[in-house]
Amino acid sequence: MKNTRREFLKKLSYLAILAAIPRAAWASWNHKAFAADELQTAIKEKFGDLPVVDSDAVTLKAPNIAENGKVVPISVKSSLENVSSITVFVAKNPYPLATSIKLGKGTIADISVRIRMAQTSTVVALVEAEGKLYRTSQQVKVTIGGCGG
Amino acid sequence: MKIKVKAKEKDGIVKVKMLVKHPMETGRRKDAQGVLIKVNHLTEVKVEHQGNVLFHGEFGMAVSKNPFMAFAYKGAKGDKLSISSVDNLGLTGQADVTVK
Repeated sequence: MKNTRREFLKKLSYLAILAAIPRAAWASWNHKAFAADELQTAIKEKFGDLPVVDSDAVTLKAPNIAENGKVVPISVKSSLENVSSITVFVAKNPYPLATSIKLGKGTIADISVRIRMAQTSTVVALVEAEGKLYRTSQQVKVTIGGCGG
Repeated sequence: MKIKVKAKEKDGIVKVKMLVKHPMETGRRKDAQGVLIKVNHLTEVKVEHQGNVLFHGEFGMAVSKNPFMAFAYKGAKGDKLSISSVDNLGLTGQADVTVK
């Protein structure tokens, strides 16, 4: 493909058009929590002052060594009743909050996602059930980071 | 935005696996000209069954390219699920699936 100045400017104008489209109305995306650059701030922005306890009732499955930080499979399970949300943080990522999933009626606390990790870090899973947070964490060693180019 | 979904029932539990086709740009990568590629990532994915929201995920840029996600719920064969997604630029995706 030719990469002339004209082409480049054209692409830039497309980007400008895209950026001008307003965010979809149903977006309830928690901007503050996702933009927090420290684990504690991210947790606070997400959950306020809810009490956090370490618990064996939460199982976090993650590889001990991730060769490629771009794709790290994570799954979180819990034996707790009435789980309303599951959230995954990566402590040393530029933005620790990776994903937060609300679970509705009839669901089973068992989710899987694939996340990015910039470097070796602890992965923290928080499970929210009946107004309390249950935490479990695991160290994941990363050989190649997955956030930059 | 293309969404691939598979939903299978076994012993009263439906496992739903989803794959959303999305570049998930973090805003930290550079293109061939050395210009930073704009942040473009999925923000939300919702799965509904007869108006009941089963799964509502919020995602940051720390989620892999072409995000894969899975969850489970108590359901039956023939359940009709509708999946919708939106990214930070407001682009949306939609898919429907019948539980097998």
